[in-house]
Amino acid sequence: MTNTPAKSRPVRWHIAVFLMPAVLIYTAVMILPLFGTMQLSLFRVENNLSTFVGLDNFRTLFGDPNWSVNFWNALRNNVWFFIVHMVVQNPIGVVLAALLSHPKLRFSTFYRTAIFIPTILSFVIVGFAWKLILSPLWGIAPNMLDAVGLKSLFAPWLGQEQYALTTLSLISVWQFIGIPMMLIYAALLSIPDEIIEAAECDGITGVAQFWKIKLPLILPSIGIISILTFVGNFNAFDLIYTTQGALAGPNYSTDILGTFMFRTFFGFQLQVGDRNMGATVASVMFFIILAGVCLYLFGIQRRLRRYQF
Amino acid sequence: MMSKTMIAVLLASSVLGSAGAAYAEDVTLNIESWRNDDLPIWNEKLIPAFEKSHPGIKLKFNPSAPTEYDAALGAKLDANSAGDIITCRPFDKSLALFQKGQLASLNDLPGIDKFSPVAKSAWETDDGKTTFCVPVASVIHGFIYNKEAFDKLGLKVPQTEDEFFAVLDAIKKDGTYIPMAMGTKDLWEAATMGYQNIGPNYWKGEEGRKALIAGKEKLTDPEWVDPFKTLARWKDYLGDGFEAQSYPDSQNMFTLGRAAIYPAGSWEISGFNTQAQFKMGAFPPPVKKAGDTCYISDHTDLGIGMNAKSAHPKEAKAFLEWVASPEFAEIYANALPGFFSLNSTPVKMTDPLAQEFVSWRDKCKSTIRSTYQILSRGTPNLENETWVESANVINGTDTPEQAGEKLQKGLDSWYKPAK
Repeated sequence: MTNTPAKSRPVRWHIAVFLMPAVLIYTAVMILPLFGTMQLSLFRVENNLSTFVGLDNFRTLFGDPNWSVNFWNALRNNVWFFIVHMVVQNPIGVVLAALLSHPKLRFSTFYRTAIFIPTILSFVIVGFAWKLILSPLWGIAPNMLDAVGLKSLFAPWLGQEQYALTTLSLISVWQFIGIPMMLIYAALLSIPDEIIEAAECDGITGVAQFWKIKLPLILPSIGIISILTFVGNFNAFDLIYTTQGALAGPNYSTDILGTFMFRTFFGFQLQVGDRNMGATVASVMFFIILAGVCLYLFGIQRRLRRYQF
Repeated sequence: MMSKTMIAVLLASSVLGSAGAAYAEDVTLNIESWRNDDLPIWNEKLIPAFEKSHPGIKLKFNPSAPTEYDAALGAKLDANSAGDIITCRPFDKSLALFQKGQLASLNDLPGIDKFSPVAKSAWETDDGKTTFCVPVASVIHGFIYNKEAFDKLGLKVPQTEDEFFAVLDAIKKDGTYIPMAMGTKDLWEAATMGYQNIGPNYWKGEEGRKALIAGKEKLTDPEWVDPFKTLARWKDYLGDGFEAQSYPDSQNMFTLGRAAIYPAGSWEISGFNTQAQFKMGAFPPPVKKAGDTCYISDHTDLGIGMNAKSAHPKEAKAFLEWVASPEFAEIYANALPGFFSLNSTPVKMTDPLAQEFVSWRDKCKSTIRSTYQILSRGTPNLENETWVESANVINGTDTPEQAGEKLQKGLDSWYKPAK
């Protein structure tokens, strides 16, 4: 330790100045509304007066069968929505990325663009287009199945309780498959050639090379994609609302937390909106997502091995 | 030079302008509404007619988008900047405004007594003592049918339920047409065009609706479950894949001539008149046995009331008196076929389909949709649940009995009928 008198370091104002715009905007549009929502969820309107009721709203949500049945149904549907994405979207995204990064594939830029385009479309367009495609009256799905002699396989999926949610999940997968594909594609491209060459020298080629060399190297990216999917799915709302409406029919079979929150908060038809219960549902959604992200950050991401090149 | 003339012109105009105002002393009444589709009707027909007979009062129709109306109106009323005349949504939304003292009572308005109790039910206090909006328009439920299809198959308009199903069977057997154009995807079709359409014949209109509110009848009683049973039978007569058929799909299916019968609300009339290339007719919901009293859903949809804090209460009252008159009713009903005047003085209408609908008022008893008054104030919301259950019954997910049980259970959880 040198004992030069501690020269008071100049206050580094520029750090604060540079951070300020982002901090201010983020506080105004994200942090304040978040706390505002949580505050709302602790109140209830009685006789036109907002009164503090502590956690009573949460007790109603979980305890009163009029609320809890809908809530658990929405949560269950949301979990299924997430599972379909994890099982279908992400593996297919990885496979597509692996194929695209194959050096001998021709027209790869075309495929990449074509597969990515649905991601930038609006939910309204996607929802409406698929509603038309699957329409039993004017849709092309029944005709196309008919052309290959499989008309008997067609069913009005969006109107059937047992299929509607899975159908919607697959539509959402179709729309967002571009995102895991692009992220994995970028990760695959960043693997240095020396490693691949070394693997080839050791006689590891083709599919084995993918499993033994590339996959371990892109695992962190897959982790990130999973958590993005999780957050996206538990915040989802638009697709269900545009295709099935706010009541998320048939028989609430496509109701997810987002639509449940919307109905509660803003009301629907004769149902008057309840801001406090709506905020309660929104808070629960926030805590579910927070818990999921924490689980991932502390449970999984820390154990992922990273390789330095 | 230039600026001097400008100033002179401005000065002159301001003097003249104020002089003009002082001279005429016209009062302008602003009308708040969500019916922005009606702007041409107001500007071209209603406002000139009123201003001609009421010199000194000018009207300005200020509609906003239907989805924004309630919020915008609430904010304006709270800030005392709302117009003098308020277009009233039916039931609880307007009742809340009245209870906050923002809508004036109209009990002493000349002409308000010309409206039937059913017409007024949407804009009165729960005890029925105070009315706060003039009833303007209602929509009637029934069935619209393809006349050419009926002629081709030699079918007669059904009067009773057995005849109704016989007609459906005949259309199905022939196979040219889909018997009935309705889907369950949007849920409300099943409830509004289905359950609320045929239901009044079972629960005897107002009698049953009032008994339900009073707690004397339950949704598990036969008169409330039987319409579900009939609805369940509709399933076989709907198009392929009706589970995924949406409301616009049904409309198109009928107007393209693919289906023979369309469970309808009268608001479809003007749209169908322009879309369909064939002749159409209409019949009221069939009764159980020939000779039974028939009941129709004549649902109140729009009223006009007065801002309690209006600066010109006298003029506003004069306008409302005119709204309650047959003159207004006739202009309005003819401009918008399918939105029927609630005035008890009969109104002459030129549209044949609209005439057919409104003629049922003479032979049948009117009622409104059972779930709208009082019963949809709590959670779970009875109207929304009725949508879901009606669709479930047609889809075969729930039996009629289960549907009635679920609805009654939901209602019981928050509604305690007054003893």
